Amino acid sequence: MLKKLVTGTIDWVDARIPMTETWNKHLAQYPTPVNFNFWYFFGSLAMLVLVNQLLTGIWLTMHYNPSAEGAFASIEYIMRDVPYGWLLRYMHSTGASAFFVVIYLHMFRGLIYGSYQKPRELIWIFGMLIFLVLMAEAFMGYLLPWGQMSFWGAQVIISLFGAIPIIGDDLTLWIRGDYVISGATLNRFFALHVVALPLALVALVFLHIVALHEVGSNNPDGIEIKQKKGSASEEAKGKFTFHKHYSGKKDIIDAIPFHPYFTVKDIMGVAGFLIFFCAVIFFLPEGGGYFLEPPNFEPANSLKTPDHIAPVWYYTPYYAILRAIPDKLIGVVFFGGSIAILFLLPWLDRCKVKSIRYRSWIHKANITQFIICFIVLGVLGALAATPVRTIIAQIASVGYFGFFIALWVYSKNEKTKPLPTRLTFK
Amino acid sequence: MKKLMIALVALLPTLVFAAGGNVHLDKAEYDLTDKTSLQNGAKLFMNYCFACHSTGYQRYQRVATDLDIPAELMQDNLIFTDSKIGDLMNNSMDEKDAAKWFGNPPLDLTLEARLRGPDWIYTYLRSFYKDENRPFGVNNTVFKDVGMPHVLEELQGIPTAVFETTVVNGVEHKTIVGFESNENGEMSSDEYDAAVLDLVNFLVYAGEPNKLERQNLGFWVLGFLVILFILSYLLKKEYWRDVH
Repeated sequence: MLKKLVTGTIDWVDARIPMTETWNKHLAQYPTPVNFNFWYFFGSLAMLVLVNQLLTGIWLTMHYNPSAEGAFASIEYIMRDVPYGWLLRYMHSTGASAFFVVIYLHMFRGLIYGSYQKPRELIWIFGMLIFLVLMAEAFMGYLLPWGQMSFWGAQVIISLFGAIPIIGDDLTLWIRGDYVISGATLNRFFALHVVALPLALVALVFLHIVALHEVGSNNPDGIEIKQKKGSASEEAKGKFTFHKHYSGKKDIIDAIPFHPYFTVKDIMGVAGFLIFFCAVIFFLPEGGGYFLEPPNFEPANSLKTPDHIAPVWYYTPYYAILRAIPDKLIGVVFFGGSIAILFLLPWLDRCKVKSIRYRSWIHKANITQFIICFIVLGVLGALAATPVRTIIAQIASVGYFGFFIALWVYSKNEKTKPLPTRLTFK
Repeated sequence: MKKLMIALVALLPTLVFAAGGNVHLDKAEYDLTDKTSLQNGAKLFMNYCFACHSTGYQRYQRVATDLDIPAELMQDNLIFTDSKIGDLMNNSMDEKDAAKWFGNPPLDLTLEARLRGPDWIYTYLRSFYKDENRPFGVNNTVFKDVGMPHVLEELQGIPTAVFETTVVNGVEHKTIVGFESNENGEMSSDEYDAAVLDLVNFLVYAGEPNKLERQNLGFWVLGFLVILFILSYLLKKEYWRDVH
């Protein structure tokens, strides 16, 4: 009786929208490479953090007062008078940093396994757009508590647009909506932070996944699991049934359905991640002064500049590049260029082999120096500038951009190792 | 000799200006579980600080509840304005008057412990010394030329700074190496340190009244997540048996 009711309902829905079809095509019969390793947790974790930000954000909005007069006090109202408001707020503030942690690790995975290469260029482009919107989202969100660092951080970054010739001053005025950062700026940042940019983020995440499912995931070996129809052995194809959208035209080897195998694996990843995430929320919500900066416990004051203005940690690598260059306009160009060049990665890498496992020692060395430079820039961007630090930042900036130039040069005729014909486990 | 050299040697390394202009701060060993200390801190704050400094993001009611102070006692002894117990803890000082008297209106101190840190407050309140050149007759080694009188004078008295003159490149530098008590305060040096620590404890509490609740809840959450992780690992292993 109950079973009949359930199947009846499913049939009724399926006749109207493709529910079971979508479930099978994208989850239960979606072919996923069997050899995903640790680095493959961060995509689903990024989705988890996005949902965390959306939900906690909605509840924070219920109590937050988006005005220059009331913003700071309303945050403290949330922290003290709203039941579990402190938890919502720390989940949101820690979530912002966690978002960048998982996104950076997710991008690192794409970098080492060549996941941006043909035919996955659009996945990478959508991912980069997500990263760009996320940076804007975090920047505008950081103004909302209306503390000293909110105010002066925004002041520094918005004034960068003033370096653009001819339109610079009008542009900064247009962004701020005032001659100084004021309630007008706060209100528009609030609107963009809670409505416009989250919509863009969700839409881009959707496109990122649509593009991913069209071509299928890369894997740590960087070889394709979709092979010419009729070329693969029964043993390679395995015992699982995949949706005809994938198996109709191609033979699929060494794959397992996403559900239930990767749903249960990702649940484990989520539990592991939450241990770290909650440890910060409950025991270290200020993140040692990096997630919530101490000067932000003082209300914004346009007449009092803090001793040391540092952007939040996830912007510091690019900020260090900006500061390393003495000329403001050229600095801004390289600041923007440091993000823009990442968009070109699929075309700068001309190698046919994707994964770092089968690429040359030059490539391994290049990625290593790039990561070192990125971290060095990140540390320097958080510190006050001194002559020695500026020189180190300049060297690291050369290393950062040098990575892309070198990649373009050596990847054309790179000496690679032979690829395996089947996925391996390492 | 009425004056007593107090803890000069002990304070030597702690109160000398560091090279970068930063001051060494003494560690404030506060204890948020010590209700007696918090109550004493609240009493000191309301009696000595509150006339000028509000804790305007915090409510009287919340302090009374968290610190186990009966509401009536709170209303009768710790609320000096005509506020009700549910009100925010704002004093009755007019901002314009305050700016006239002190140069700047005194800051709200609700979040002071999160802004400057407990060690800073602890050291600052123990670093006032006599300086006739300043409007209030005192200066401070932690906050140079501070526009605030030594409000805890009746407890500590006004210490005199002990200077040490050093010659660097032919130029004389006077540095403060310690304080000498004039013994005019009600408290001994140890009693005063303890009282300041209670005050710091109260400000740390006021900065984040949920701190203890947060940490207590955190242990339960992490305990739950560890169990969840183990179970989800076993579940994954069970499902993946037919893959490998």
